[in-house]
Amino acid sequence: MNFFKYKAGTFNHGIHPPEMKDDTKGLPIRQFPFSPMIVLPLAQHIGAPSEPVVKEGDVVARGQLVAKANGYMSVPLHAPVSGKVKKIDYVPSISGKKNMGIYIESFPSSSQEVIEGHAIDLANASPGEILSGIQQAGIVGLGGAAFPTHVKLSIPEGKTCKYLIINGVECEPYLTTDHRVMLEQHEDIFMGLRYLIKALNPQKVYIGIEDNKRDAFEKLEQYKPLDLAVEMVLLPVKYPQGAEKMLVTAITGLEVPSGKLPIEVGAVVINVATTAEIGRLLPHGRGIQERVITITGPGIAKKGNYLITIGTPLRFILEQVSGENIKEVFMGGPMMGVSVSNLDIPITKGTSGIVAFKPQQSLENQSEYACIRCGACLDACPLSLNPSQLGILAKNEAYDLMASDHHLLDCFECGSCSYVCPSNIPLVQYFRVSKSIVRKRQAKAKS
Amino acid sequence: MKDQTLQIRTSPHLKRPLATNTIMLHVVLSLIPVMAFAVYAFGITALFLISTTTIACVGTEYVLNGKVKGKQNIKDWSAVLTGVLLALTLPPGFPLWMAFVGGMIAIALGKFVFGGLGQNLFNPALVGRAMLQAAFPVAITTWTETLVNGRFSHIIPSSLTIPFLEPIKADAVSGATPLSAFKFDKISTDVQDLAFGFTSGSLGETCAFLIVLGGVYLGFRKMLNWRIPVGILGTVATLTGILFYLDPVKYPSPLMMLFSGGLMLGAVYMATDMVSSPLSTIGIWIYSFVIGLLVVLIRIWGGLPEGVMYAILFGNALAPILDKSIPHRIYGMSSKNQNKNRA
Repeated sequence: MNFFKYKAGTFNHGIHPPEMKDDTKGLPIRQFPFSPMIVLPLAQHIGAPSEPVVKEGDVVARGQLVAKANGYMSVPLHAPVSGKVKKIDYVPSISGKKNMGIYIESFPSSSQEVIEGHAIDLANASPGEILSGIQQAGIVGLGGAAFPTHVKLSIPEGKTCKYLIINGVECEPYLTTDHRVMLEQHEDIFMGLRYLIKALNPQKVYIGIEDNKRDAFEKLEQYKPLDLAVEMVLLPVKYPQGAEKMLVTAITGLEVPSGKLPIEVGAVVINVATTAEIGRLLPHGRGIQERVITITGPGIAKKGNYLITIGTPLRFILEQVSGENIKEVFMGGPMMGVSVSNLDIPITKGTSGIVAFKPQQSLENQSEYACIRCGACLDACPLSLNPSQLGILAKNEAYDLMASDHHLLDCFECGSCSYVCPSNIPLVQYFRVSKSIVRKRQAKAKS
Repeated sequence: MKDQTLQIRTSPHLKRPLATNTIMLHVVLSLIPVMAFAVYAFGITALFLISTTTIACVGTEYVLNGKVKGKQNIKDWSAVLTGVLLALTLPPGFPLWMAFVGGMIAIALGKFVFGGLGQNLFNPALVGRAMLQAAFPVAITTWTETLVNGRFSHIIPSSLTIPFLEPIKADAVSGATPLSAFKFDKISTDVQDLAFGFTSGSLGETCAFLIVLGGVYLGFRKMLNWRIPVGILGTVATLTGILFYLDPVKYPSPLMMLFSGGLMLGAVYMATDMVSSPLSTIGIWIYSFVIGLLVVLIRIWGGLPEGVMYAILFGNALAPILDKSIPHRIYGMSSKNQNKNRA
């Protein structure tokens, strides 16, 4: 009967890394302590950094606007705590780039009451008002990419939204953020969904959930409001199903054309935690101040799913959860997450997980063998690219050929090829470098 | 929290625990029953022959890597595998010095001149054997009976032929292989004897049952593409089945075809060499079919009793063409703009 279990199909290829979600998937979301110092980078999202509207020495209340959106492709920032602006200065970031940010000293005795702004009334708001409300709330994609949600929801001229897909896949190993959000915040999710439906007017609405979160699937099915036409889709477990293009293919069977966005086939994909955030913030006109983060991995003693204030420094977090003997720490999941080199970086809106490995889990520099043409990477690549060939070209620095003939720029760096390669060839690592070189060359050619 | 040295690496931070050297090692390990049976059937000589080719292969790899590349890759076990496979394709009484030369040729001409592991066009062990067959046609078709008394205490005399000075002793020619017996004398061999290896032939040609066992193990561990042996054996069985149905006297039975000669070893261990087989699944099926077809053609209508080696070498030569010519559908690409450059 297994064959008939999934109504929807799935995408081609993909891999099955160990799930490692058992440690935290049963732990309810808990409020994390407030850090005495909050570090709020101005560039937490893709697009233009926000513009500060406070200055040194200002007292801010929790939820107060501290930086406004700098144009359309930008979102505002709200004070995550009540406190005093200590300085506006460079902040450390995970990529090593120096960015400006706001340092807020939180008041230890404050009740941390949230101030509210202009509420968006679901019944009377126009789609445009909902989108601007989403921008005003500072909402970005909470799945990790931190792309401004209102931009994603703006349907370009000549296109219509046929499918609204809520992404509850969470295919990254270790992470249980979306899983807990679905289990505990179903009201917010469905409220957010109402806003999204009103803004987009889609023909079909789906919520896609992988089979390893069956309890969440059943919970949402159970609490689904009767007037909401939502189809719940149970998907087989496979990485990287949470990637937009893969999820669109898995649910609708349509393929997003190369180099295009899902809206090309009429699909809009929104992360489930983002949806919940919309449902929670918009009725009160609040801004985003905190998010759910899974803190897990063998190097963490108090694993769990925590509601953490945005801007909390990583060092403070690891102290609270008793991180011990950590060799490697990364933000996001182990497949696409970024290694942290500096514990003073803060968590941002896009941080979905913090995973810490002890020395024995951390990959040592394994010896690299010659490619034996086993074809494992071809069977792994969700886009059916030829990572083996691309790897050889990358070694020979034939970057332009990779882009023109082998669709290098389609690669979204899921890392499946590197995961399966028996010869330990750093394939996706090559492609990352190659992509940035090709992009630079293309930009140069244009100018 | 104390400051400590953090390791930074780019994602992914997880890795499937299956490395190239592990794959090669497991292929060698899965051949141990076959080797053990060869020693049981042909005696101590088989052990010497396997050791000789293995030492020749590993030694050649070591010397060439050291002299030319300056980088060793002995630890990947691929040279050991080539040595073992080469020995399994040779007759038990094959002169050891010739086997040594074969091992050197397999690595030097079969693999090294192409650029080492991963670059070779052909299966190195088969290149070695093809050279031996061309250079020493008598020695390589001189067969010995299985289960001879005293096989554990006496070496088959032809093994110790002095290099370049001595011809192969004609009296060593004894047991004809089942395939040559059928081809030239129309004598069929009992399938049970074939499957369990009580017939004369090369070291690894005899016990089809153990080879299948090793192949099934590797297939389950995903260290071998099951489509290749299934494709080759399926093609051979189907084609000879049709012929046998048409004329059972003139043509051998499909079962005899499957279990005799080097077909099992070739289909399970030689044609599946990842380096010299195609990448795409469609390519794999075409490749297997062509090899199966050639085996039948050579065995039934060709001048030689056995054709697995040439069939696989031909398949190897075909593999890059198959990889290049089979259109590869990329996600999000309609077939029309598949090969067009992107703006």
